[in-house]
Amino acid sequence: MNDQTGTTTRRSQISRPDIRQTGLLTQSFAIARRNFIHIKRMPEMLMDVTIQPVMFVLLFAFVFGSSIAIPIDGGYKAFLLAGIMAQTVAFSSFIVAVGLTADLEKGIVDRMRSLPINPAAVLVGRSFSSVAHSSIGLVVMSLTGLTIGWGIHTDVFRAALGYLLLVGWAFAMIWVGIWVGSAMRSVEAVNGVMFATMFPITFLANTFAPTDSMPDWLRTVAEWNPISALTQAVRELWGNDMPLHADAELPLRYPVVFTIGWIIVITAVVAPLAIRTFRSRTAD
Amino acid sequence: MTRSHAIEAEGLVKHFGDTVAVDGVSFVVPEGTVLGLLGPNGAGKTTTVRMMTTLTRPTGGTGRVAGHDILADPAAVRRSMGLTGQAATVDELLTGRENLRLIGSLYGLDPAYIRRASDELLERFSLADAGDRTAKTYSGGMRRRLDLAVSLIATPPVLFLDEPTTGLDPRSRVELWDVLRELVADGTTLLLTTQYLEEADQLADNIVVIDRGTVIAEGTPLQLKDQSGAAALVVTVSRPEDLGIAEQMLRDHVAEVHTDPGARQLTAPAEGLTHMTRIAGIFAESQIELDDIGLKRPSLDDVFLHLTGHRAEDALADDQTEEAS
Repeated sequence: MNDQTGTTTRRSQISRPDIRQTGLLTQSFAIARRNFIHIKRMPEMLMDVTIQPVMFVLLFAFVFGSSIAIPIDGGYKAFLLAGIMAQTVAFSSFIVAVGLTADLEKGIVDRMRSLPINPAAVLVGRSFSSVAHSSIGLVVMSLTGLTIGWGIHTDVFRAALGYLLLVGWAFAMIWVGIWVGSAMRSVEAVNGVMFATMFPITFLANTFAPTDSMPDWLRTVAEWNPISALTQAVRELWGNDMPLHADAELPLRYPVVFTIGWIIVITAVVAPLAIRTFRSRTAD
Repeated sequence: MTRSHAIEAEGLVKHFGDTVAVDGVSFVVPEGTVLGLLGPNGAGKTTTVRMMTTLTRPTGGTGRVAGHDILADPAAVRRSMGLTGQAATVDELLTGRENLRLIGSLYGLDPAYIRRASDELLERFSLADAGDRTAKTYSGGMRRRLDLAVSLIATPPVLFLDEPTTGLDPRSRVELWDVLRELVADGTTLLLTTQYLEEADQLADNIVVIDRGTVIAEGTPLQLKDQSGAAALVVTVSRPEDLGIAEQMLRDHVAEVHTDPGARQLTAPAEGLTHMTRIAGIFAESQIELDDIGLKRPSLDDVFLHLTGHRAEDALADDQTEEAS
């Protein structure tokens, strides 16, 4: 990867250091490392994947836990955890969008684009750090879950597949974040748009309560909500699921297949939009 | 003898929708010299720099940086130049040294080299003590210097500076000018945009004045001043009571006289050096004692007024919009 194609300019009388042509991966890691330094300097940036979900787990588990009876091992708390994790990875689009908008606003993206690097490195680097960010959240929530009676009751393979689907979901949501981040002119606008959309989307699902007792029309909407497939898939893979309603919609019957399908569809639809918006935002 | 040009712009055009931001801008910058791109906000300076630094694709025309075409070989252009944008684009959460390392490693420089070069640059820009502090704690002037240091980590032969001293206090501005002069002395070619006429006057070997997307004048600072019309003859008398007689005497030799009693000064259109020497001789033979007599060249401010019909500062209030995008 370190071929010596990048040469110094012979025309100049200034002696220059060797500029090595680096690959996309090396460049993306350099940018991701910068984002990690940000987290180190401002640990409160991790609140959205640590304190916030843990607070949700505790609030929901102890406030609603007693009134929602879930007939599984560990009860409502064990049921809840997959829902909170699904919500947290869906929110990873938030992290990407806020970070990208801030970099665009401050001219950091332009500075990167003026360097001899692959312009995609800005986005790939941001994706790396965002997935790492979400993964930290998954670890914190798993540990919290263990202390309140949640556990994985299946095998290692299924357990890993559950985590893999969550991380895969975080990847798909990165494109949503790039799209929103490129389209918005300020961090405040990103916050507004993301709160107004992500909260209803992550709540109108099976994340915090079973869909069984919802009115019919609402139940249909909730069960077709992509987040519900993800939540159901993770619950099934970890053995935290409860028996399905007799006429549950298709996505809840085949949640793993649907989750993989949603990840592919969201990426296929949003990625081109995101790249186009990012290009037109930066190239003009 | 032809000197090679480090920067060449050929009929650059940029449209944003229906707005024509840049409308056929051409210029050349010989190696090792400084070009000042002078104009009010919204004149198209930033857009021109963005095209030359491959950040924005021109609607028409092209350019070359260190011999590389901006359209055909943008990667080679990026390897040959450094850019310091309008806002100091340092990462606030990173220390000075980390900022240098980030950009250095993106250039693909050797880590040991980056460490060495960072030390030198921090030293040179009086940031040695602040190198391990986050840029958030820096003053405006320090941020600008760090921004410039970061642009220099790969020692680019060509440097683009977009309004490098906007928002700086006078002292920081003069300090930055000194640093830029040093760079040029080392052989760097500089293109800087500015709305400060004084800055162009201080630093630039050549000035290109642009207004509303087109080049309206170019030349050395001296040529531009000459171009804007005659210099003024300024006579300062020692005793205020002589002012009236002096004015009478002067009126016999020049078309019009402007009197400034407060400064004990008489100003008249000058008709060249010999004309001035003759008038100086007349005063010498008279009883009138003079503090000073001389030719005053127009300032670049006068030049700007002459060329555009408005002062540089007036234009600030106008179309500030597209320069920001």
